[in-house]
Amino acid sequence: MEGLLPELEVIRKDFPILERELAGGFPLVYLDSANTSQKPQVVIDTMVDHLERHNANISRAMHQLGSESTEAFENARDRVAAFIKAPSRDEVIFTKNATEALNLVSNSLAWATGDLAIGDGDEVVITEMEHHSNIVPWQLLTERKGATLRWFGLTEDGRLDLSNIDELINERTKVVSLTWVSNMLGTINPVAQIAARAHEVGAIVVVDASQAAPQLPVDVVASGADVLVFTGHKVVGPTGIGVLWGRREVLDALPPFHGGGEMIETVTMERSTYAQIPHKFEAGTPPIIEAIGLGAAVDYLDHIGLDAIHAHEQALTGHALQGLASVPGVRVLGPLDAASRGGAISFELEGVHPHDIAQVLDSRGVAVRAGHHCAKPAHARFGVQSSTRMSSYLYTTPAEIDALVEGLNYTRSYFKVG
Amino acid sequence: MDAALDSLYQEIILDHYKHPHHAGLRDPFEAEVHHVNPTCGDEVTLRVHIADGVVDDVSYAAVGCSISQASTSVMADLLIGKSIDEAMQIHQTFLELMQGKGKVEPDEDVLEDGIAFAGVAKFPARVKCALLSWMAWKDATSQTLSKENS
Repeated sequence: MEGLLPELEVIRKDFPILERELAGGFPLVYLDSANTSQKPQVVIDTMVDHLERHNANISRAMHQLGSESTEAFENARDRVAAFIKAPSRDEVIFTKNATEALNLVSNSLAWATGDLAIGDGDEVVITEMEHHSNIVPWQLLTERKGATLRWFGLTEDGRLDLSNIDELINERTKVVSLTWVSNMLGTINPVAQIAARAHEVGAIVVVDASQAAPQLPVDVVASGADVLVFTGHKVVGPTGIGVLWGRREVLDALPPFHGGGEMIETVTMERSTYAQIPHKFEAGTPPIIEAIGLGAAVDYLDHIGLDAIHAHEQALTGHALQGLASVPGVRVLGPLDAASRGGAISFELEGVHPHDIAQVLDSRGVAVRAGHHCAKPAHARFGVQSSTRMSSYLYTTPAEIDALVEGLNYTRSYFKVG
Repeated sequence: MDAALDSLYQEIILDHYKHPHHAGLRDPFEAEVHHVNPTCGDEVTLRVHIADGVVDDVSYAAVGCSISQASTSVMADLLIGKSIDEAMQIHQTFLELMQGKGKVEPDEDVLEDGIAFAGVAKFPARVKCALLSWMAWKDATSQTLSKENS
């Protein structure tokens, strides 16, 4: 199959969990990477090594371990900056996850003054295909500030409906926040085109790259984003660590969100002055080991190459779309051509509820996700309450996709459908 | 391979799933509730009609998986026609079965078709599916009783 990673078998050996055998003697077929990715040995080893040999708090301890730990942590920031081609390492802020990063932005905007201030009559624009974490923070912000929340609708084939873009994004728009790749529909959105329109009217653009960063080469400047967030655990890194990148001018203009240690310049009982970015937004002891693990993770992906990973995902997605089409009663939600979508494919199987599909697949070792995938509005748009989602990654093989398709045929016979 | 799966998907469950009993929303009713399982999105709208201390009707509109649909159907079969006290007792027995991690021996005299759900208790992720409508019924019944008492 063209486009597959040439050293797929070697790559699979990097991920110890792929050796897992499940109940009934079935090998693990992990098709839930859009939920969380598996971790290569190098990430696990890097974190263990740090805990065993270098553990100390950062930026405060004057001893040798303290400086080793600080160096490893800041080195991880350099690696992340390189991974997303950030013009400056100082623009990379570590958060707990993408959700926290989005809430940090929306809450800082709530307190912003000057050009970034949001109030009565202002508008924030999102899309109908957002993850709940890119909907609810904006609902909270607009409700609290008397602003209006608006959104792009979706076309029948699961793309953003851009027909009213010039009306939707207008002089009142202060923020446009959208996902780069949909976690449910798989759609890759034209971020640069939407960002160009947003910038015409002086709005800032927030991009949720949680599903994009694992599988597309990211260049934050070329993307058109003013702020871009993603989470560590979907890019073969650990949980508990996320990234917020922002253009320096925007981050400098935003007030702090969390107050505490590390984010200050000086503190008196009456008032404080704040540190420069990135520390301004990193109050308290950060997830040190997790950040260091993330540094190793993005290094690992960079070593394989995001172009090659993207090609691999597209080849698998094409194979999966073909396989799913061969199962009677399957309806794929989202674009049907592999070129315009990512590696997550949500679908329905007529006559069987997603929970029951996932249960039968699990009994054969095939791990998928069933439910609304934290995208209830997008499901409602397509008249479904929930769906089953398979999602591949750089370690996924065509044979695993075949196991899914076989499992779906078995599911139909188990529930006596058709 | 299918033994584990078959313990979950008993024939009785699949029968109730395909042909649910007492489905639909009916009048009269004293309370109507809407319960959602936030992790999967399964939903049930449920009405209770209570007359002279007896569960006269349980009617519902539900969307969800086989386990949640079958559980709703079995519940309606079990509770309609029972006194409130008996119905609460059955509710408690079913709850204990579902929370028993597969270690509770089901009482067929009390639970009838409900014993088919004993296997579900071994799948922690599915227990909430089986309990969705039972929790809705208890909520609606409590609302009715507190209205009567006020």
